[in-house]
Amino acid sequence: MNIIELLGFGKTKPAPAVCKKCGKETDGIELLENAMICPHCDTYMRMGAMERIALIADKGTFTELFAKVKETNPIDFPGYEAKLKEAKKQSNLSEAVVCGTCEIESQPCAIFVMDSKFMMGSMGTVVGEKITSLFEEATRKGLPVIGFTTSGGARMQEGIFSLMQMAKVSGAAKRHSDSKNLYVTVLTDPTTGGVTASFAMQGDIIIAEPNALVGFAGARVIQQTTGEKLPEGFQRSEFLLEHGFVDVIEDRRRLRYTLANILRMHSSKGAKSS
Amino acid sequence: MAKKTQTAYDRVQAARSSGRNMGGYYINRMVDNFIELHGDRRFGDDSAIIAGIGFINNQPVTVIGMERGETIEERMKRNFGCPTPEGYRKALRLMKEAEKFGRPVICFIGSSGAYCGIDAEKRGQGEAIAENLFEMMGLKTPIISVIVGEGGSGGALALGVGDTVVMLENSVYSVISPEGCASILWKDAAKAPEAADALRLTSYDLHSFGVIDKVIEEQNRSAEEVCSELKKFILSEISRMKRISTDELLAARYDKFRRIGAPA
Repeated sequence: MNIIELLGFGKTKPAPAVCKKCGKETDGIELLENAMICPHCDTYMRMGAMERIALIADKGTFTELFAKVKETNPIDFPGYEAKLKEAKKQSNLSEAVVCGTCEIESQPCAIFVMDSKFMMGSMGTVVGEKITSLFEEATRKGLPVIGFTTSGGARMQEGIFSLMQMAKVSGAAKRHSDSKNLYVTVLTDPTTGGVTASFAMQGDIIIAEPNALVGFAGARVIQQTTGEKLPEGFQRSEFLLEHGFVDVIEDRRRLRYTLANILRMHSSKGAKSS
Repeated sequence: MAKKTQTAYDRVQAARSSGRNMGGYYINRMVDNFIELHGDRRFGDDSAIIAGIGFINNQPVTVIGMERGETIEERMKRNFGCPTPEGYRKALRLMKEAEKFGRPVICFIGSSGAYCGIDAEKRGQGEAIAENLFEMMGLKTPIISVIVGEGGSGGALALGVGDTVVMLENSVYSVISPEGCASILWKDAAKAPEAADALRLTSYDLHSFGVIDKVIEEQNRSAEEVCSELKKFILSEISRMKRISTDELLAARYDKFRRIGAPA
């Protein structure tokens, strides 16, 4: 699989990037080929939704769904339209999640990938509607759902509508599950608030990337409220694994293989497929 | 105070005021022969949630209510009404029991939010709420959720996936506290009154959005009168839901949340 080709970097080269941890610069192509993990210090850099799909899906199999769900300003929150406009311009995305169907090592699945570049991956009605629609489509077709989460939580500019998306997606995930379909979540850095307290934690199998921040309440808020000193590694994937809330922590470069393996174990064709 | 002259922030303050009745009051007043049932059978018992069984008139019910207590000692014991994961897991355990025995579930919600602390995170606060949302969506018995105080975000929603959701007039229900919203957006918690307006968190706002089904008026009414009006409404909802099949009940519950924020 050639990720550079998949992302459409034909003539323009991806820009080099500087690791926030070690400060070293890495060539854009080298970085993408290493799944956006710094080759110098192994730090996981955040990945956009489309890069993620290119890394996970078989070439040419991804079909985007529900791309045209439009934002509204459901509670007429002051300044929200301008904020959305700015977020679109900055992120080059239409919203904080990309949904669709694809194959992973020839195993068909439905997939949603959140993107923290768009308003910190916050969940409003568009995110809720797209993921709900994806679960409903997957239930109709008997497809497993793979979901990559990254989110700062609920989108407060959408008020109560944003909160209710947690219940709405949960309902669709429940129906999907009741029809004996598989749901795998991959928690990526950071996954917090209302997304943690709903569909991120509802997977049959919960995978996390190493050292990803995953929690409900913000660490700063906890410290301010309780005055307690936060333990080392608090709310990181390894902390959740230790306390029993994550099934497996997987290296990003092995995710495609692991997901395909899980899909094969749940496929009606079972061991017959390669 | 007249309806029109009350600002959103007035209502936030009313919902939080120290004299306001929370779950315990409604359970005591409304439920006969109440037996409190404790513990999540996993780790512990959370005093911020009072749960148990009893009768409303002659109807057996499971009731679950958030409670912060009255005296300072009681408030500390009840964690100021902020539930821990054990509280949500106890609630879910008793909802499952209600499903088994065909009892309706009534939830009273009033809390600034799910408890925010190291231990709560360690024991999966997010997972506990997520599990409640997931399971309540499929619970094969009627659920009535009543917001009686401050409906603080995910911690409130974890008991709020009801077939009927009703708010007392001066309760509020929001994705974030006005102070939290003001400090994130405007870096100034003192702008909470403006944030309260912008968040549209009053009972009348939520009713106009179709997010809740009914507002129980409090104006010019005593606590007893509010409670008896609420009781009447709960009983009429129970008898309405008894007349429909479980499949219809679940389909209606799904659609109720499914249409919130769906394109017109």
